[in-house]
Amino acid sequence: MPGSDALARTFRESSGRAVATLVRVFGDIDLAEDAVQEAFAVAAERWASDGVPPNPGGWIVTTARNKALDRLRRESTRSGRETAAVSLIGEPEPEPEVGPVADDQLRLVFTCCHPALAQEARIALTLRLIAGLQTPEIARAFLVPEATIAQRLVRAKRKIKDAGIPYRIPRDHELPERLPDVLAVIYFVFNEGYTASAGDDLTRQDLSAEAIRLARLLHTLMPDEPEVSGLLALLLLTESRRAARTTREGGLVLLADQDRTRWDAALIAEGQLIVRECLRRNQPGAYQIQAAIAAVHSDAPQAARTDWRQILALYDQLAAIAATPVVALNRAIALAEVAGPAAALDAVDALPLVGYHLYHATRADLLRRLNRTAESAAAYDRAIARAENAAEREFLKARRQALASK
Amino acid sequence: MKQYLLAVHMIEGQALPPDEEMQRTYQAVDAFNRELMAAGNWVFAGGLLPPDTATVVRAQGGRVVTTDGPFAESKEQIGGFWVIKAADLDVALEIARGASEACGGPVEVRPFADNPGAE
Repeated sequence: MPGSDALARTFRESSGRAVATLVRVFGDIDLAEDAVQEAFAVAAERWASDGVPPNPGGWIVTTARNKALDRLRRESTRSGRETAAVSLIGEPEPEPEVGPVADDQLRLVFTCCHPALAQEARIALTLRLIAGLQTPEIARAFLVPEATIAQRLVRAKRKIKDAGIPYRIPRDHELPERLPDVLAVIYFVFNEGYTASAGDDLTRQDLSAEAIRLARLLHTLMPDEPEVSGLLALLLLTESRRAARTTREGGLVLLADQDRTRWDAALIAEGQLIVRECLRRNQPGAYQIQAAIAAVHSDAPQAARTDWRQILALYDQLAAIAATPVVALNRAIALAEVAGPAAALDAVDALPLVGYHLYHATRADLLRRLNRTAESAAAYDRAIARAENAAEREFLKARRQALASK
Repeated sequence: MKQYLLAVHMIEGQALPPDEEMQRTYQAVDAFNRELMAAGNWVFAGGLLPPDTATVVRAQGGRVVTTDGPFAESKEQIGGFWVIKAADLDVALEIARGASEACGGPVEVRPFADNPGAE
């Protein structure tokens, strides 16, 4: 069918933008979504016979707007009540898709990631309204029943409406509180796609691609926010290693053992460029520092040539901003390279992370390097018992196995 | 404008803070209330006496059953509240932040059902 490729492309590219524009015009997410869906249904029919219009995205917005107006007219006639729609009907056509559209989408991003919504609702809303994913796609990606996601979306949209969550870009003084919520949603989506847990591999990778797309969008919308840049760089640099971090059989390959010729040079170049911009700007934040750490790794053609002193210094900086036990654990791994495994083990032992499999895996590795084989084996056992990801578990088992042959 | 309830909860049996702290809280709440009125967000507010002063009345089939309250068998009981009007939830949350700072406890923000003609 001619036009169906164009339709799929237009859908991915412009459904988010169209929904955002209609939400601004009508102030109603459900109405906006329904109207955009209807517009795509009309497009499927008409583009096949008449060909694709010169500006498909604009065509969708205009058609969706008319569909929404039709519906409001029908409803206001039925109820005989004056509604906001009636006053809209006389308005001139909306301006074409330039300038304010970016603001429309940014507004909706902040609505989707509003702190008054539960984290899981923010994620579902963002994927649905900003990324343009369908409910079944979101459900598949998170391995939850479709009904669960559908219900989550319905509840969240109802709360937005009933509680009066605004469609508004936070003011400058509000941004430091609100922006981290948005970044956290994108980072979570990326990590869900990056840690190859159970399920369909392809779908999970799509999730990372979706997160990068969202980060790029946010970066375009807020070019002056250093942490937005930092997040995008972190995602690009992490993604660049994807091909090298699993074996053909799906097994895990540690950073030190990865075939670095398989890293994606284009993603690295793009990520490093952004990191350099961040350094110039000198307004460090947690994402920027993590991106800088990833950039240092990506600079080393072989693991042995990694600049661990630089990485340790960056972890010190990160720990000063975000003093979490997980940051301390990662810092200890760098410390082991600079000051030896004994110093690192001292730093690790004090951490309150006994429920975390990587805490035990890190201890196991340090103990192994200190030739404390029995203790290392016990630590591997604890790590294996707590690892939920099959590939990680297999990896840890192999490591434990290798101890015995020492 | 939408209306929101800002509810302050107290935990039953929890000792009241010392007198001077209570005085400070009263003053802070008083100042906060005046700000609310000046900004045009004020609808109504009040502090409540403890839940053991409550009575529950239930009218059913022409009969009335009156019982010693409160209604909810919970340790957390509403201790006071504001009713405010605000343009949207962000404005309401900003006001709630001030309310929480003034009264020194968490504040639950809950929208009123829209009543037609309340614009």
